[in-house]
Amino acid sequence: MIAPSATLELGESGEPQLLEVSLGPQHPSTHGVFRMDVSLDGETVVKLKPVFGYLHRNHEKIAEKCSYLGSIPYTDRLDYICSLTNNWAYAMTVEKLAGLGVPERAEYIRVILSELTRLINHSALAGFLLQDMGALGTPLMYAFREREKILDLFESLTGARMMCNYMRFGGCRCDLPPGWIEQTKNLVANFPKFLDEFESLLTGNEILRARTEGVGVLTPQLAVNAGVTGPMLRATGVNYDIRKVDQYGVYGRFKFRVPLGERGDVFDRYMIRILEMRESLKILEQALRDIPAGPIIDPKAKLRNLRPKAGEAYGRIEGPKGELGFYLISDGGPNPYRYRIRPPSLINLTILEDMCLGRTIADAVVILGSVDIVLGEVDR
Amino acid sequence: MEALEQLKARVEAAVPGAQAEIVPNGSPANQPSLSLDCGHARTVAEFLRDDPDLRFDYASNVTGVDWPEKTIKEKIKVKKLVSGVEKEVEEVCERKTPAYLEAVYHLYSMARKHGPLILRLRTENRSDKVTLPSLTPVWRSCEFQEREIFDLYGIIFEGHTDLRRILMWPEFTDHPMRKDYVEPDDYEYEPTPHDDVLTRARQHYPGGTPA
Repeated sequence: MIAPSATLELGESGEPQLLEVSLGPQHPSTHGVFRMDVSLDGETVVKLKPVFGYLHRNHEKIAEKCSYLGSIPYTDRLDYICSLTNNWAYAMTVEKLAGLGVPERAEYIRVILSELTRLINHSALAGFLLQDMGALGTPLMYAFREREKILDLFESLTGARMMCNYMRFGGCRCDLPPGWIEQTKNLVANFPKFLDEFESLLTGNEILRARTEGVGVLTPQLAVNAGVTGPMLRATGVNYDIRKVDQYGVYGRFKFRVPLGERGDVFDRYMIRILEMRESLKILEQALRDIPAGPIIDPKAKLRNLRPKAGEAYGRIEGPKGELGFYLISDGGPNPYRYRIRPPSLINLTILEDMCLGRTIADAVVILGSVDIVLGEVDR
Repeated sequence: MEALEQLKARVEAAVPGAQAEIVPNGSPANQPSLSLDCGHARTVAEFLRDDPDLRFDYASNVTGVDWPEKTIKEKIKVKKLVSGVEKEVEEVCERKTPAYLEAVYHLYSMARKHGPLILRLRTENRSDKVTLPSLTPVWRSCEFQEREIFDLYGIIFEGHTDLRRILMWPEFTDHPMRKDYVEPDDYEYEPTPHDDVLTRARQHYPGGTPA
């Protein structure tokens, strides 16, 4: 038996000496320019303070100086992995503020694009999470291979892979190109094969289980109180999915289930995302089957020089990372008086310290990976 | 969820001394809000969270709004004696709206699946009396968002455990989201200035180019 080689060194005052580590802002596992000030006792985290602002450009102020239409391309850059859901949340809030309707075909297109975005986000997250655990390259490249196929679809529809700038208040910018639905149906039919492959490679893997099970446990009470949303919340077992609760768009017409976790640890968060992808595929199958013909934008919608009546509106959708909300106040002018984004990534980080305390520094990296943050949205 | 009038009555009955005021919303979104007095705000928030029928356990969005002083011109018809005959004459009167900062809370209930309930807290003015009670002890989700309001608007939240700047750096002194914020003059040399960049270039370098 090997005797413990290192004992805890005591400082002059008799207190255990803490090592302060600044993790980031340039670090492969912080997913962007994010910094954590960590105090370590040996390898154990005793204090962790996230530091934000490295990517701050005061997007809200820019949008207050910009017309309503002019802000749509900026919303792409918030969560740059999921530009289309950002577009939708913003367009939906302006529709609420100005009292615009959306044609049925446009609603279906929005659902299809938003579920494809969810597939992109969750597969990329699963890849990055495994990268954080040391599975360098392979799982991430498998995930990115599938992501690239979906980005090709986005490119043929919107002209851009990631900065799509596609949705407008009252509908969408352009109609689907010929053959797009068949291509998407084909992709949806083949996607479960990728998920099966991914899962057989990873879900049962002993190292993955050891690194994730029981790590970063979050209780449902704390999760609700701290405003955690999205897959992170559902991993703790709280059944709250805005697609079901608000039934915005045409989500009320589709049959799908909401996967729930039991323990709220990192493994549950990983598994919830895999299961959500399978549910997204169900929604996609139904939406691609039922999509009606018709106009794609409300003829009453006035895109340029829109001046909604004085008032305010809060609109929210179930983004891939959690509740993505926009809050707009209009004073009757051509640009919003107040423009606010409720960023799910930032608010999900509120309880990062609670999850990491008492765990090792290596676990903190995995826990951060499972939160799923994009710094474009955290810092705005 | 019950109507906002009923909710207001219940809040005022449950928390003695609390004053709530319904703020109408002119947009088609139909989301009126409830303005609370600062003295009882935290007790009201606890009531809203713990009441078995309401159960607003989830504070989704917290944000600040800046309302600087504004003069509103209104036309009022006044009866006046004009050369011996009584006539209706239009007169322009100016009215000043008070200046204040506002914190807006959007509450939902995850247990009862209803919402949103919108709460507003107002400061007394925009300069020296900018303190509001923090609702972070009631809802943890306000922690970073109230810090953000403190950073960008300069509202001081009493009872917040960790009120520091969050997006701007600690040495920064101003509050960039206020309507009267002046951007720093940090013009950098540009070889081919144009439009408003050119105007600024001329201010810095007579002739538009350095040297």
